[in-house]
Amino acid sequence: MTLLCVVDLSISFGGVRALDRVSFDVASGTVFSIIGPNGAGKTTLFNIISGLYAPQAGHVRLAGEDVTGRYPEELARCGLSRTFQNLQLFRRLTALENVMVGHHRHERSGLFADLFHLPACTHQNKRTRGAALDALDRVGLAALAERPAASLPYGVLKRLEIARALATRPNLLLLDEPAAGCNAAESGELKGIIRGLARDGITVLLVEHDMRLVMEISDRIHVLAEGRTLAEGTAAEVRNNPAVIAAYLGACAEPKCTDAVH
Amino acid sequence: MRTILAHRLFPLLPVVAIVIVLPACFPSAYYYRVAALVFIFGLAALGLNLLMGFAGQVSLGHAAFLGVGGYAVAIGPARLGGSPCVYVIAGALLSGLIAWVAGRPILRLKGHYLAVVTLGFGLLLAIALNNETGLTGGPDGISVPRLVVLGLTLRTAADWYWISAAFFLLGALVALNLIDSPTGRALRAIHDSEVAARVLGVDVAAKKLLVFVMSAAYASVAGSLFALLNGHITPDLAGFLRSIELVAMVVLGGMGSVIGSLVGAAFLVILPQTLAVLHDYEHMVLGLVLMLAMIFLRAGIVPTLSRFVTVRPA
Repeated sequence: MTLLCVVDLSISFGGVRALDRVSFDVASGTVFSIIGPNGAGKTTLFNIISGLYAPQAGHVRLAGEDVTGRYPEELARCGLSRTFQNLQLFRRLTALENVMVGHHRHERSGLFADLFHLPACTHQNKRTRGAALDALDRVGLAALAERPAASLPYGVLKRLEIARALATRPNLLLLDEPAAGCNAAESGELKGIIRGLARDGITVLLVEHDMRLVMEISDRIHVLAEGRTLAEGTAAEVRNNPAVIAAYLGACAEPKCTDAVH
Repeated sequence: MRTILAHRLFPLLPVVAIVIVLPACFPSAYYYRVAALVFIFGLAALGLNLLMGFAGQVSLGHAAFLGVGGYAVAIGPARLGGSPCVYVIAGALLSGLIAWVAGRPILRLKGHYLAVVTLGFGLLLAIALNNETGLTGGPDGISVPRLVVLGLTLRTAADWYWISAAFFLLGALVALNLIDSPTGRALRAIHDSEVAARVLGVDVAAKKLLVFVMSAAYASVAGSLFALLNGHITPDLAGFLRSIELVAMVVLGGMGSVIGSLVGAAFLVILPQTLAVLHDYEHMVLGLVLMLAMIFLRAGIVPTLSRFVTVRPA
């Protein structure tokens, strides 16, 4: 079953066409990766799907429903969550509190109960805490729960963002370069985490530069270059696609180009 | 011991202790009055601190809400009858309503538009209070009827010391409750990363509006208390300088710190009184103290000092 359906998305910033009629379908419960050189439009694509930008043309459908141009907070209620390439953590909150905010959309205590700490609030706090600890445990950070986010190292923060996104209980999780700045061991752990998510039925949309990670865990890979679709297929198909090889190695697929150099 | 220190209401403990012990060191009624003023402005600063320290927004006309609360207890009982107590609540509701109407369209936008809108509203209200002489008494102000509760007239500074302290503690209790609740966590999250909060499903605009309405109600109650303590108010209460003073209290005491609001208020209420002996140089020294505090205690007095005191568990 198709969970996410992207149809002919286009957006320009000034004269730069950041995305040009990009389309793809993501099947439920799979790991779908988007790769491409820097500036290919991967993060822009994420920002549109998660509601931070509105596309100038095209549609985004989530579970059959057209959600194009909806606000991020509305999409969160539809079960979409994401992480950020350049971390967006709540620095003054502890690791646990960060993840507790992730659970916010499930909280039902009411303002009055919150202001006077009525039982509805204390019970909700307890439930949220439990859910947040579960999410932290899932990425192996339960031991660091009480540490302020600002005091944690980069690699840990990357995983903390995943835990926070998981606490929203998403159907679709967008991970924007989760392995960036991680060492080999951390990247290996990440692989286990992402596989576990897919096993639990969470569909993962991944933007990543770590090719080994991408090739090993992706069910399908979509290749972008300069805002356009270059190729799509399984890891093996994409790896052997001449256009993809050309884009990555900087060689030119068109002979005209070589003439221009000489 | 650690569980007591970590309890969300722990910051109230030293304040309660101070409230109880302090009168023993007061040589005259004047001290009760100054202390009452500290609690009253502490309450207003606390409300503003919720807005600045948690929602990351600034109100540059917050004294206008002091004015609404103050004039509500001055004009209401005289014109419409009834106990001033009713008008304390009415003033708070009116302030909240004004904040809601002004904040609703503004807080959907990113940036510091609220600062400009509140600045405009503050100036507008001050002009109205100065010119509507028939209603407000104009620049000379208006007298406020004494509060009578259960047949007792509350007129001494000592009475108002206890009342103001109780109101501050209640305000602080609510603020501390809020911080450690689903709503409060969402607010603190907004201050650190609005975009992340939205992606997690937090309705950022609604939460900011909520805290602005609350902060207006806090200021309004403080304004009412001020009017009832003084027995007389002038438009100065709602003036621009007052608004700036409230912002200074928050920044000096520490943004996001409940106790900081009280400490900031204490500084800005007590310092001018003690510096009065310097006559012409009073404001110069006051300015210097503020500058030094901001250079050496950048996070504010309370957050900076508590960093030295608290021992974090490893």
